[in-house]
Amino acid sequence: MDILAPILISIIAASTPLLFAAIGELVVEKSGVLNLGVEGMMLGGAVIAFIISVETGNSALAIVAGAAMGAMMAGLFAVLTLGLLANQVATGLALTLFGIGLSALLGQGYVGTPLTALPKLNIPGLTDIPVLGPVVFGQDVLVYLSFVVTGLVAWFLYRTRAGLVLRSVGENPHAAHAIGFPVIRIRLFAVLFGGAMAGLGGAYLSLSYTPMWAEEMSAGRGWIALALVVFATWRPGRVVLGAYLFGGLTLAQLHLQGMGSSAIPSQFLNMVPYIATIVVLVLISRDATRIRMNAPASIGKVFHPDG
Amino acid sequence: MTKLTRRSFSALTLAAGAAAAFPARAADPLKVGFIYVGPVGDFGWSYQHDQGRLAIEQELGDRVKTSFVESVPEGADADRVITQLARSGHKLIFTTSFGYMEPTNKVAKNFPDVMFEHATGYMRADNVATYAARFYEGRYVAGILAGRLSKTNKIGYIGSIPIPEVIRGINAFTHSARKINPAIEVTPIWVNEWYNPGKEADAAKALIDQGADIILQHTDSPAPVQTAEERGVLCVGQASNMERFGPTAHMTAIVDHWAPYYVERTKAVLDGTWTSGDVWGGFNSGMVEMSPYNKNLPEAVVAEAKAAEQAIHDGKLHPFSGPIKNQAGEVAIADGATAPDGELLGMNWYVEGVNGKVPG
Amino acid sequence: MIALERRPNSSRLWLYATPVLAVFLTVLSGAVLFSLLGFNAIEALTAYFISPLRDSYGLGELTIKATPLAIIAIGLAIGFRANVWNIGAEGQLTLGAITGGGLALLFYGAEGPWLPPLMLIGGMVGGAAWAAIPAFLRTRFNANEILVSLMLTYVAGLLLSYLVTGPWKDPMGFGFPRTRMFGDEALLPTLFAGSRMHIGFPIALVTVAAAWFLIARSFIGFQIKVVGLTPPAAGYAGFSNAWIIWATLLTSGALAGLAGAIEVAGPIGQLTPSISPGYGFTAIIVAFLGRLHPLGILFAALLMALSYIGGESAQIELGLPLAVTGVFQGMLLFFLLASDVLVHYRIKLRPAREGV
Repeated sequence: MDILAPILISIIAASTPLLFAAIGELVVEKSGVLNLGVEGMMLGGAVIAFIISVETGNSALAIVAGAAMGAMMAGLFAVLTLGLLANQVATGLALTLFGIGLSALLGQGYVGTPLTALPKLNIPGLTDIPVLGPVVFGQDVLVYLSFVVTGLVAWFLYRTRAGLVLRSVGENPHAAHAIGFPVIRIRLFAVLFGGAMAGLGGAYLSLSYTPMWAEEMSAGRGWIALALVVFATWRPGRVVLGAYLFGGLTLAQLHLQGMGSSAIPSQFLNMVPYIATIVVLVLISRDATRIRMNAPASIGKVFHPDG
Repeated sequence: MTKLTRRSFSALTLAAGAAAAFPARAADPLKVGFIYVGPVGDFGWSYQHDQGRLAIEQELGDRVKTSFVESVPEGADADRVITQLARSGHKLIFTTSFGYMEPTNKVAKNFPDVMFEHATGYMRADNVATYAARFYEGRYVAGILAGRLSKTNKIGYIGSIPIPEVIRGINAFTHSARKINPAIEVTPIWVNEWYNPGKEADAAKALIDQGADIILQHTDSPAPVQTAEERGVLCVGQASNMERFGPTAHMTAIVDHWAPYYVERTKAVLDGTWTSGDVWGGFNSGMVEMSPYNKNLPEAVVAEAKAAEQAIHDGKLHPFSGPIKNQAGEVAIADGATAPDGELLGMNWYVEGVNGKVPG
Repeated sequence: MIALERRPNSSRLWLYATPVLAVFLTVLSGAVLFSLLGFNAIEALTAYFISPLRDSYGLGELTIKATPLAIIAIGLAIGFRANVWNIGAEGQLTLGAITGGGLALLFYGAEGPWLPPLMLIGGMVGGAAWAAIPAFLRTRFNANEILVSLMLTYVAGLLLSYLVTGPWKDPMGFGFPRTRMFGDEALLPTLFAGSRMHIGFPIALVTVAAAWFLIARSFIGFQIKVVGLTPPAAGYAGFSNAWIIWATLLTSGALAGLAGAIEVAGPIGQLTPSISPGYGFTAIIVAFLGRLHPLGILFAALLMALSYIGGESAQIELGLPLAVTGVFQGMLLFFLLASDVLVHYRIKLRPAREGV
């Protein structure tokens, strides 16, 4: 069984950045906004977290800075889409282009700089339990934070009044506005939160998963995170499922290759996570009414009180 | 020589027009252009080529002026960027990825007075030279370390894209390791990308979880080195010295060192002695280098590796000298024979000891 | 407090003035950006916007780069108008390249003038078939087309990689992952000597005209508009949502596939693992920059193409790193997208009340 724990730990590492970015985007979309700039914000968070960590040696500060950078880039998106009513889909894509360039610019002096990974939790006694110990009690702070955040988001959306308001803004902003809710301000907070989470996902990449900075190191994970929100049918619990399914399948196909099952060309094994995600989505989408209940009705549409 | 067909005629007038637009005076520095497939900040393939460009600037100073375009996708864009470089007065252009082969040769026809250097390709012309490095020589030396130091007899090998260069590296490494320890098995995992730090790390983890105690990589990021360090196994870096990413794990790295070739070819253009040709340089050309061996390695093993390095350098040892068996156990390269370059160039079979089959 | 007030009618003036304003603002802030980074702002902006347009060669290159963007964006815009979110045009392009290019390989040595048109049709069929998967899964199983089309993009890329490293590999190519070069008669004819400009651009123009007619004049254009605005109304009007999903996804898939076939039969001339530098994603921006209108899309595609080519010439002429050109491109898009607000809204100063 000594192979199980490292495999589980690898899956957690592969899934955590996806979980952060996807749970943030879920809140954004629940408020009725579609921000396709996740990839750009992840890179922004990754580069700033790395720079701060190298310069100050303070990983807590680095994590906060990564989140702040993601939020700042999301703020830019908010100014354009919420303030100036620009098209959300196009602005999000432009934010990704911008983020790739900006992160490369900021990180120029940091390519090839090594960094010690975030420390892992180590509780004598507990961490030593076989399999369970290192998996449950041997992770770094961001992994635990990803679960805390997911729990909080689920609680916030479905158990608090503010969460209800946010969802109603996503459902019908005009009705929410008529009742007197500040639609734009609520969406702004959601967008900033989404940016901060994408920034944390990026910070996890550059501080823990592969502690280094290299241009475009997110390698498309922002896009996968976007797909996972849809996969999860906008429910926080399913985001965890999706992120871990995707991370797990990525690892599984690599393991399959390693076990010499290369009678199947590697390209087809590389396809497995993508195809499996589609298949599972089809299975859970068949009940049309439940999807409609969760998909925010006003997603992607510009809101202005004049209608 | 090309015939003066209508097409090449119009191309010639086009080139002449471009030359007239950028008159070259004797005192003008030679403009040298580079086109990279990745960002210079990838700390891998493109980064190393850019180090070569910087070496030209440092060495030749005012006599040259270099420029580069990074992250140029292979395909229709490459054609345009190479043309732009040629049209803006660059007289020597390095195109540094295999996928630029057809665009380089297409553009070269239109600019007969511009000299092109294409990395890792096989199409040449009067003004198109090709160059590549015999990285497999480095892989052979790495095989000695693995043959001596593996305890589990399982080696993990992270493959990028299954092209002959990567296959050749796997074979040189495996053959070398098994000469020392015939129980060695090498397992490749293909990520089908050159550069994806997270996925490379995941592949390294999968290989280690399956019992590999040495990790080789033919992908560009230092992520596998970090993973090896974290998991307490050994590894060999790729493209540049990656020791700082794994101070105890990193045994050595097979370094791409383009500077000597780039400086030499630029000088040749300055002196008017440039001619087309094909250079496939190994240790003896300086294009391939082993980065300093880790100080924790047993001295005898390092000495053995260095001796092999020297023997290859002096031409006394060829990594693909027989007998070498293929996976079916048949002799593919006979005793006393060495594989000719043509055979190596298109290598698409595994030697005995590699698990799995060649993709595609 | 500054507030936006909706105009009763879209402003004709601002419709045309906003792009000018956006370009002006971009130039201004670009000048600041370049100066801050220590580059000569005038030279940088010249390299960006003037150098690529200086001669017929440059203009030809512009059309080559704009052609796939315009063709794909036209298809996407038709879907976006009906709220059908095809994010996977990149994958449909790849499939079009595979099927179109596959025909060139199939008839290698037996080419004729009939082959390029057949390849283009083959590309359209391939792209449409790939888009049929999200259409089927959406209409039959209610699976969201954003996820399905996006995931299929990765699958298409790996499929292409398999084909060119495996069964379709050039037998004379020393094992490198690419097919043989297509025969000369499998290639799209170029229009002028000394330029790579090929027949793809006229095809893009025809596509623009056809889309214009489709959207403005035809019944299906009307149906798309109705579905996009108020889905339930479509039900009352007697045509089904499923039909619109199929029609728009197949159209956008076919056009993306056409673009893929044009790329391989035009400037590339063979299949390699990387056919497109992300045209399928960039085309989404183009579609919206062009306000989902065919003519607007044509201009947006040309502008986007210019920003890429200008970025290259800025790298060559001034040594501007790609990172800077990426930031600049992002700024250009931000200004263009933000200035749209003036078309539909006017800025009013009014006393502060509820924060809007």
